[in-house]
Amino acid sequence: MSAMTYEQAMEEFDPVFGIEVHVELNTRTKMFCGCANEFGAEPNTQVCPVCLGLPGAMPVTNQKAVESAIRLGLALGCSIRESSRFARKNYFYPDLSKDYQISQYDEPTCYEGSLDVVLDDGTVVTVAIERAHMEEDAGKNTHVGGSGGIQGADYSLVDYNRGGVPLVEIVTKPITGMGDRTAEVARAYVATIRDIVRALGISDGRMEQGSVRADVNLSLRPKAVAGESQDDVPFGKRSETKNVNSLRAIERAVHFEAARQASLLLAGQPVVQETRHWHEDTSSTTPGRSKEEAEDYRYFPEPDLLPVQPSREWVEELRGTIPEHPAKMRARLREEWGFSDLEMRDVVAADALVLIADTVAAGTTPQAARKWWMGELSRVANDREVALTALPLTPAAIAELQGLVDSGRINDKLARQALEGVLAGEGSPAEVVASRGLEVVSDDSALEKAVDEALAAQPDVLAKIQDGKVQAAGAIVGAVMKATRGQADAGRVREIILQRAGVEA
Amino acid sequence: MSSLERSDVARLAALARIDMTDADLDRLSGQLAVIVDAVAKVAEVAGEDVPATSHPIPMANIHREDVVRPSLAQDDALAAAPDAEEGRFRVPQILGEEA
Repeated sequence: MSAMTYEQAMEEFDPVFGIEVHVELNTRTKMFCGCANEFGAEPNTQVCPVCLGLPGAMPVTNQKAVESAIRLGLALGCSIRESSRFARKNYFYPDLSKDYQISQYDEPTCYEGSLDVVLDDGTVVTVAIERAHMEEDAGKNTHVGGSGGIQGADYSLVDYNRGGVPLVEIVTKPITGMGDRTAEVARAYVATIRDIVRALGISDGRMEQGSVRADVNLSLRPKAVAGESQDDVPFGKRSETKNVNSLRAIERAVHFEAARQASLLLAGQPVVQETRHWHEDTSSTTPGRSKEEAEDYRYFPEPDLLPVQPSREWVEELRGTIPEHPAKMRARLREEWGFSDLEMRDVVAADALVLIADTVAAGTTPQAARKWWMGELSRVANDREVALTALPLTPAAIAELQGLVDSGRINDKLARQALEGVLAGEGSPAEVVASRGLEVVSDDSALEKAVDEALAAQPDVLAKIQDGKVQAAGAIVGAVMKATRGQADAGRVREIILQRAGVEA
Repeated sequence: MSSLERSDVARLAALARIDMTDADLDRLSGQLAVIVDAVAKVAEVAGEDVPATSHPIPMANIHREDVVRPSLAQDDALAAAPDAEEGRFRVPQILGEEA
């Protein structure tokens, strides 16, 4: 069996793929109990009888999670079922406290949608969505002993803080006809879902923290022969690569699986229908448990939870809250703001789009808003190792700060000092300017006094200016700025110096 | 209506991690088949105009506000655990028992 490349595999076979994306919702509490849904707490401190699966505990659905799931469904163009219900998915795994997961099976809340995905070159691909259903997350296993992985571990430790956290699982229909663009489409699809959940504000959408996770299903089938339609060629056996948790990894997982399966098929060996584990370090997959048939989970309606029957009025109300498609919004804003493609890409990559939009909405020019968020604030966020969105200040504060600069009350240097104060929690920009005494000094008597002192210290400067060396005034401006700790109005200082020299400004 | 086979019972027992001897399977597949057949009688009575019922009482939308309530203390959460370590439930190795 000889190794193949992705490109070779795509020449020999027709790929079919599907993606399951799990979105962790950012509700305050879990799906079925009031335990906090917050990352990073001490193990097993956000648990209760419900999410530990203790006998007799009764789950109750989180209204906010239902709302988020419906909004996500609407953003994906799904129909919202008039009556949907939960089901128990039964299997044994230590991270599943109850030995079943509450999910949805035959009556998911959202079904039959479609999503436009824009590729880098502007090509639009429409992905058909099969369903988006609600379910609960599992706990976290830590494997101890061996190499630290699941293989060869001596035992495992389980933290159920994440158990019961609300998820929405979005399942595509099989995606065909993408050929060698399969990997690119897979990546762009997940990126679009991530952008949508962020725009909806229902999840922080951080793949690196696992709040958006993808499973990639891929199979290969022979290319249609002459006179045959590709649609008539049956699908091949598929693999399901679990927990591919970055956009780059999605592309690589498609590359690896396509090449692996093509090598097997060309060597006359079968592809086994199975779950595979993704390994980030080697960009490869290894077999996991073989894919259980659906009935092995023995789904049945969850008797402890009542059906979800959202009124049509509520659904329409929620439909009114759905933001513009992220790709359309990016194109519109780029146009409105007059940013270059490169500037826009940087803004999007820095997760600054919404911040800049909100700053502009608060009255700042797009250029000034971009300068703050992509300049000083990016630097601060980088120093603090946090996301821009996690900085303790609002777009409105930045707009206020820029307003102070525009009105001439502070200059850029003072604005940076004011920003420091705002970030340190000293108050609004205007409050910090007042409390730290940061206003530009344009009061002539104060400036004249400072100029005269500087001229006295450098007596030869006036003569130089009178000789026509006007640039010599720079030394005095510098001295005045230093004496006033940067708060002097530099233009006015220059005027006063030239007046003192008897030279026209 | 086909009844429950012995092999079905063996498979369900395996999925539910219940050890069953041959004698258990013989005895229980007979008993369970009687129960399943009895329940199946409902299908004979219900016409096509009667939808399958998962929740007999006509209630829906019993939701909870998204408000945090106190959780258990870690010690209490782990009190019934057969084994615990570093604030976590300790469980036997996972892959070893998988086929």
